[in-house]
Amino acid sequence: MNDIPLTHILFVSTALFFIGMYGLFTRRNMITMLMSIELMLNSVNINFVAFNKYLYPDQLNGIFFTIFIITIAAAEAAVAIAIIINFYRSHYSIDVEDSGEMKW
Amino acid sequence: MTASQVIFYIISAFILSTGLLAVTSRKIFRSAIWLLFSLIGIAGLFFWMQLDFIAAVQIIVYVGGIVVLIIFSIFLTQQAGNEMAKPVRSKVFFAALVVSLGFILTYTFIYKYNFLPIGHQPLNVNVSNIGIQLLSTTEHGYILPFEVASILLLAAMIACIVIAMKNPSATDKAGREKKPPHIKEETAEIINV
Repeated sequence: MNDIPLTHILFVSTALFFIGMYGLFTRRNMITMLMSIELMLNSVNINFVAFNKYLYPDQLNGIFFTIFIITIAAAEAAVAIAIIINFYRSHYSIDVEDSGEMKW
Repeated sequence: MTASQVIFYIISAFILSTGLLAVTSRKIFRSAIWLLFSLIGIAGLFFWMQLDFIAAVQIIVYVGGIVVLIIFSIFLTQQAGNEMAKPVRSKVFFAALVVSLGFILTYTFIYKYNFLPIGHQPLNVNVSNIGIQLLSTTEHGYILPFEVASILLLAAMIACIVIAMKNPSATDKAGREKKPPHIKEETAEIINV
């Protein structure tokens, strides 16, 4: 376990973050954009856990941050999907290009 | 190379390739399934770091909760077999350019930074340790964020119900739900025939 340097784990998390960012830039569909955001949040989780494991092994702070990020990501995904379904009901589309107005 | 290193590189390649497929696949349902595999790979990475509790939470919340929610919303909002429109070529080019430049820049900084471990004893991640520190009110306890998170979850639950509730303007006076435009056209055709 300790024969892998920390920078290799950070390589994975950085690459995953930018993959998510690429998806956020190119996708026009709200659900796939939400999926990209989930990927980015997960890369941050990897970062927190890796720093906790390698640099501060006598504390548990990174693990708590990971738990809270997972909690907030679940709440965020639920609210976002409720908004998407409500948007679909009024516009019959979930494309971001169709959402020019903020009328309910 | 030891077995642990080989496992790490296999898991990393799995996470990155499935993540890349998740953001580039043009069928939305396949994209959700690739995301599912990517999240399972991340749980595997947590298992590899010997953080069983976080890996279990990852599987339960992400794989069992969020991805299932996403798949349900895909089924509710669109035909899963249809291909999505191809993104504009110039947009793909600029997005790839910006993302690769950002990645190179960030990773250069990370690579040059000299990380020094502060603590020396191995990480002790018993679930009991996590629970005690999560609920302790002493100096390093996390009871306040825990309670705030519980309020947040309650607020999110109520907000989801309120937002997704059918609003009265979506139904016409007879109480029937308005049909999507393409269904309306079909019924109009039938009436004309």
